[in-house]
Amino acid sequence: MNFYLLTLLKMALTAFVLLTCCAYAVWVERKVLAHIQLRPGPYRVGPHGLLQPLADLIKLLTKEGIVPSYANPFFYLLAPWLAVTLALSAIVVIPFTPEFELFGVRTAIGLTDLNIGILFLLALSSLGVYGIAIGGWASNNKYSLMGSLRSSAQMVSYELPLAMAIASPLLLVNTLNLRQIVEQQGGFYFGFLPKWTIFAMPAPQILAFLIFLIAAFAETNRVPFDLPEAESELVAGFHTEYSSMMFASFFMAEYANIITICCVATVLFLGGWHPLWPAQYGSDFVPTVLLAAAGLILLYHAAQAARGRRWDRFTFPVFGVLLLALSPVFLVPMLKPVLIPFFWFVAKAGFLVFVFIWIRGTLPRFRYDQLMRFAWTFMFPLALANLLATGLIVALAG
Amino acid sequence: MNPTDTAMDQRLEALEPEAPGAPRRMVLNMGPQHPSTHGVLRVILELDGEIVTRAQPDIGFLHTGIEKQAEALGWQQVVTITDRMDYLANLSNNLAYVLPVEKLLQIEVPPKAQWMRVLLAELSRINSHAVWLGTHALDLGAMTVFFYCFREREELLRLFEMFSGQRMMTSYIRIGGLALEPPRGWDRAVRKFIRSFPEKVNEYEALLRENPIFLKRTQGVGYAPLEQLLDLCVTGPMIRAAGLQWDIRKAEPYSSYDQFDFEIPVRQESDVYARFLVRLEEMRQSARIVEQALDGMPEGPWKADAPRVVLPDREKMKTQMEALIYHFKIVTEGVRVPAGEAYVPVESPRGEIGFYVVSDGGTKPWRVFMRTPSFGNLQSLPALFEGRLIADTIAALGSMDFVLGDVDR
Repeated sequence: MNFYLLTLLKMALTAFVLLTCCAYAVWVERKVLAHIQLRPGPYRVGPHGLLQPLADLIKLLTKEGIVPSYANPFFYLLAPWLAVTLALSAIVVIPFTPEFELFGVRTAIGLTDLNIGILFLLALSSLGVYGIAIGGWASNNKYSLMGSLRSSAQMVSYELPLAMAIASPLLLVNTLNLRQIVEQQGGFYFGFLPKWTIFAMPAPQILAFLIFLIAAFAETNRVPFDLPEAESELVAGFHTEYSSMMFASFFMAEYANIITICCVATVLFLGGWHPLWPAQYGSDFVPTVLLAAAGLILLYHAAQAARGRRWDRFTFPVFGVLLLALSPVFLVPMLKPVLIPFFWFVAKAGFLVFVFIWIRGTLPRFRYDQLMRFAWTFMFPLALANLLATGLIVALAG
Repeated sequence: MNPTDTAMDQRLEALEPEAPGAPRRMVLNMGPQHPSTHGVLRVILELDGEIVTRAQPDIGFLHTGIEKQAEALGWQQVVTITDRMDYLANLSNNLAYVLPVEKLLQIEVPPKAQWMRVLLAELSRINSHAVWLGTHALDLGAMTVFFYCFREREELLRLFEMFSGQRMMTSYIRIGGLALEPPRGWDRAVRKFIRSFPEKVNEYEALLRENPIFLKRTQGVGYAPLEQLLDLCVTGPMIRAAGLQWDIRKAEPYSSYDQFDFEIPVRQESDVYARFLVRLEEMRQSARIVEQALDGMPEGPWKADAPRVVLPDREKMKTQMEALIYHFKIVTEGVRVPAGEAYVPVESPRGEIGFYVVSDGGTKPWRVFMRTPSFGNLQSLPALFEGRLIADTIAALGSMDFVLGDVDR
């Protein structure tokens, strides 16, 4: 097949999937938070609020986009565009599956195979600050300005430990290409312990992973580092003045960033598409079993009936049957080399997204100065020490 | 332009630095629609970067004229507007109004009504502290605590509804006793709640007490020395967190509080964390008091034997001439309170609340002055804010635990 045609197709698919994931990340976040907080969460639009993202989108699209008269209109409009573009474009270097052959075409899920993928990601995440800084400044609102100042300082500070935490696994895999990084993490120690970089001999990168995760929370402005939008202090932080799709762009950028950073963590530390345990012990059957179990649980609840919404009697069996029908797809030999690695990738990244939400339901917020002190006096030296130690071990182990 | 506007402009101008070369300060208008001012408080902050150099509270956005209204209502009717002042602890307010009036009337309230009042006041203390804890934690970014606290509050509101038919504006405590007979099964419902409550407090504690981020946000924050707080008329948990063991329930027991066994938590640090611990412990102590009240609830009538004040039973009205006459007199003319003045302080969840009631012998109060704890506590705002970071002002603001309806009345 034509290379360009294939790339276009993949681009369309990736963009569609990513945007859908962003929308449903919001739904998942609201649902998980709600269940942590003893409430049902979105429940009205569609079965169990499943159409809520669509409703939100329609609402935001049809709202009036207000540009305050005292704002700088050019930069005011540029900022959300910048934020969302940069956040979405970071996904292009993520490799989701190994190369496979389907209908005579040899390809992989993942847009490009950049040999400096990591550097590209770091560059984009640094540029992401601009959207927030410009947005806060151009709004000409005191709360926005303070929100964007905080955010800029925070993101610049946490980039250092983030970069350090990324650098140390790179010493082990010795490449900047994300696909090669994942490929090097294949295989198992003693036949069961995966050779992911967090377990990699001779220098396991558990510490680097934790530093990366904490810095990622700060990079994406999430609790406990959500100071830029600390609503109790700064109303809504840098996007106080934004409305309609301009606000939605910032919102989408935040979730796109979360998804991207979870994918990066999966690639760098959790072995990308490699399974949790070897295929000879049946790891290939995990997706089938999971989907089938989910389908059966739904059918069981459908049989119980009369609990929850009236529509549940209709939607539960439909979704149950749908999931049951989907589960054997993972056993089709032709699709197996695509779907199984993709499942593992999505499962790991999805778990990390869940951790992001979980933390949000649990922790209070740092104070601004405490957060900066934490970055410079704790995270940075720790990341540096980890990098030096890894370098030393790698050099000695040869 | 009305005079208050001018005064505000002058204050704003006074905040702007005049001397050339003086450091440029940003004036931030926090409120009245700011998400964490809990109502409609406006605070004018002068900022040097993120540090507050001066703070000016501007109150009055929720002015309801309750004090003046009280002069136009009959003695019994005033109870209903006391609910609207501090809408989180309305039963304490009812009690605080009723006590001085009963003092003027020289009514002896039967023990059952007194114990019932104690029980209800303590339940409303738990209610108020639960709302405080939830919103305070929400301000600090801990979202989940909010929902946990409101779960308990919901149960409490159901209890209040059971008693009075109203969730918030209960008006249940009346001059001479209670508004209605306690409903059937009330003791079982209250016991069910109070049994499980200490466990819930442990839950809040587990989420916050040793959370390093929470500790960092609250320890040493919002400090003010005891003497300054006393000068500013601060009362309640704030003063107890500053090291003064002052609780009117112990110091000047009213409504048979002297028959209950409870402790007054005191901390020395006078910071946001100390206030958190004090209120947390107060919730436990309140639960203890409620249990004691349940166990030892005396038998007897739930309203005083004062036919000129308390409405007679329906039964008696149909059989006794006097009851019908009294009923007619109370309803058409109102209650007459002998001339005089009285003040009985009460420990509300926020501190000392008291109604200074003056009567000229008529059927309406001549004057009702309200000494409200929120107003006093809010005076400490500049002391707690100045020289601190904006983020700290949020923590300090939450720890004051004021209700704007109580401040402005």
